[in-house]
Amino acid sequence: MNTFIRKFGWFAFAATGAFALAVVALNRGEPVGALWIVVATVCVFTIGYRFYSRFIASKVLGLDPTRMTPAYKHNDGLDYVPTNKYVLFGHHFAAIAGAGPLVGPILAAQMGYLPSMLWLLAGVVLAGAVQDFIVLFISTRRDGRSLGDLIKSEMGQLPGMIALFGTFFIMLVLLAVLALIVVKALAESPWGTFTVAATIPIALFMGVYARYIRPGSIVEVSLIGFVLLILSIVGGQYVQEIPSLAALFTLTGEQLTWLLIGYGFIASVMPVWLLLAPRDYLSTFLKIGTVVSLAIGVLIISPELKMPALTQFVDGSGPVWSGSLFPFLFITVACGAISGFHSLISSGTTPKMIRNERDARFIGYGAMLMESFVAIMALVAASTIEPGVYFAMNSPSAIIGTTAESAAQTISQWGFHVTPEMITQTARDVGEHTVISRTGGAPTLAVGMAQILSDVLGGQTMMAFWYHFAILFEALFILTAVDAGTRAGRFMLQDLLGSFIPFMKRTDSITANLIATSVCVAGWGYFLYQGVVDPLGGINTLWPLFGISNQMLAGIALVLCSCVLFKMKQDRFAWVTILPAIWVFVCTLTAAWQKIFDANPRIGFLAHANKYKEAVTEGTVLAPAKSIGQMQQVIFNDYINASLAALFMLVLISMLAFGIRTALRARALGTPTAREAPFELLPVEVVSRT
Amino acid sequence: MLTRIVSGLRYLGKGMRLMVGMPEYSTYVAHMHHAHPDRPVMSYEEFFRERQEARYGGNGKVTRCC
Repeated sequence: MNTFIRKFGWFAFAATGAFALAVVALNRGEPVGALWIVVATVCVFTIGYRFYSRFIASKVLGLDPTRMTPAYKHNDGLDYVPTNKYVLFGHHFAAIAGAGPLVGPILAAQMGYLPSMLWLLAGVVLAGAVQDFIVLFISTRRDGRSLGDLIKSEMGQLPGMIALFGTFFIMLVLLAVLALIVVKALAESPWGTFTVAATIPIALFMGVYARYIRPGSIVEVSLIGFVLLILSIVGGQYVQEIPSLAALFTLTGEQLTWLLIGYGFIASVMPVWLLLAPRDYLSTFLKIGTVVSLAIGVLIISPELKMPALTQFVDGSGPVWSGSLFPFLFITVACGAISGFHSLISSGTTPKMIRNERDARFIGYGAMLMESFVAIMALVAASTIEPGVYFAMNSPSAIIGTTAESAAQTISQWGFHVTPEMITQTARDVGEHTVISRTGGAPTLAVGMAQILSDVLGGQTMMAFWYHFAILFEALFILTAVDAGTRAGRFMLQDLLGSFIPFMKRTDSITANLIATSVCVAGWGYFLYQGVVDPLGGINTLWPLFGISNQMLAGIALVLCSCVLFKMKQDRFAWVTILPAIWVFVCTLTAAWQKIFDANPRIGFLAHANKYKEAVTEGTVLAPAKSIGQMQQVIFNDYINASLAALFMLVLISMLAFGIRTALRARALGTPTAREAPFELLPVEVVSRT
Repeated sequence: MLTRIVSGLRYLGKGMRLMVGMPEYSTYVAHMHHAHPDRPVMSYEEFFRERQEARYGGNGKVTRCC
């Protein structure tokens, strides 16, 4: 009887999920409530977790609850600490959740909410969460070593070096695109700029407080910081109303770019306790808090989705980014479905704290489902905005012009109802001068969140506050990422260069340190600047490059996972990682190929370069260039971008070749060859307790 | 009930601290007493600084995502 109820329960659950999906997918014309999306998501994730992750845990990986974990073996109370699985889940989730899952679905919404939603659901269950889970497992069985080390020991020295090399370039593109999002959100916005600028003195104060006044009081100092942040949001409104102050904080995109580059350099050479650590406390807690409140908001008011399920832009003619649904949607949605970056986290601090191997399923697979849920929330937020306003915010000025009238006219021609008043009213509601061409995703998410949160708390009058709260929260964790990423990139560079120039390896040398930091900042600064001056908005170039690089890393991680499965003699289950790997490879390579060679200058870098070359020979100047010299610069940038895409393709293809070699070698041998730490039993008192 | 709330809050506090890379100090002290009674134990302040440096001070560790 019990099993009957259990089975029937799961059947009912599956039926509910299928029904909710059908409502969302098959509905035409009538508005759909966001609650249906949430129900479908929860059902799909629960079933995926209950059945698929359990299958992977027991059949594919053979998790062994009696096996020694690094946390007990190397226990030092510092890095290696056996940790409660819920506490560790929080740690892992906080590390993997960032701007990516929020921004990707917002940009992808130009094709309608349905394609993104389906990819998020299918992608995470079959690919993203599988990757996170299996990498976490692999690292846990190997003393918690890092992805680069794992590749070196399982696949060889050279593939390990190639993977590290690829990771460094991902870092540069990632930092550039994140910084671009901040620039786009803060340009010409004194309120936003003031609040974000205020985070620097707030963080400095917190740093001093937590080091000297009340050492180590993290939660206390974060609360103080939070109150100060709220005050700075309120203060920002007054700054905006006082003309002399407003002028001081009204900055152009280019000014902000130089400020950010300078900030990135200074912040990444300052002592960590002074700026980076306190900023990290604020951004981490704010991120978790905001994500949770957004989810609660969506559940309470179940806002109506105004974006159609599918738009005509699935053909690739969309204004937000160019390229057809396949492959570009899968590149654009990014982190919420599968993110290569997570493989660095899953082989970072988390495996050193896992108490029992069995927990890897809940932490690795579960946290990624949670991240995908956040992406779904972002998609909901973007889809609740009036589509006409969404396109006004996300289309570059080269396409819709710079006035509300021109924007409304162009967008109406696409078939989305919008009036100039609707656009200006949105700007007034959120306390900004304009919302036109506020590309980059952050302002759109902020408008969506402001609508949802002000419905729950504060009403119309609070909308401007919530808007700037959302902008602040995104800018805060992006700036933390810029600071921490520059430091990480510097060490990676020193490590890589150190193989050729021994002097560069010395991390204690101030000269080597400054050189590596400068190279890093110059690297992402270059891409950032190029993106900011691009009349098509920069996102059009940088976001696909970021998506491609992130998926490239996912491809590498999945190749590693497949190799390890072959080496464990689990050949018959290797499809679990091979199938997602094939999909990731096909999408990434096709997208990179099209970014380089497509004949449409809005997609292909080379076609774009040729267009400018022809103009140069005719002696005409095309925007954004103002002189022939700048035209040459645009052409040069195109070649750099094309080379980068080609580099990502090369890395992927060579990793594939190494992967196939490793798999064939493993198959030729009769015994398992995976290089796990030798089997030991967990201490008896631990096993009996868990 | 009250003890449950208290222990729930304690876990929440632990979780929040670990989210920013700060493990439990008491666990560290207990571990040192148990496993290395001969070695000196860091004070909370030293422990705090050591952990901060370990999380943010580099060696190329990526502690957060995109």
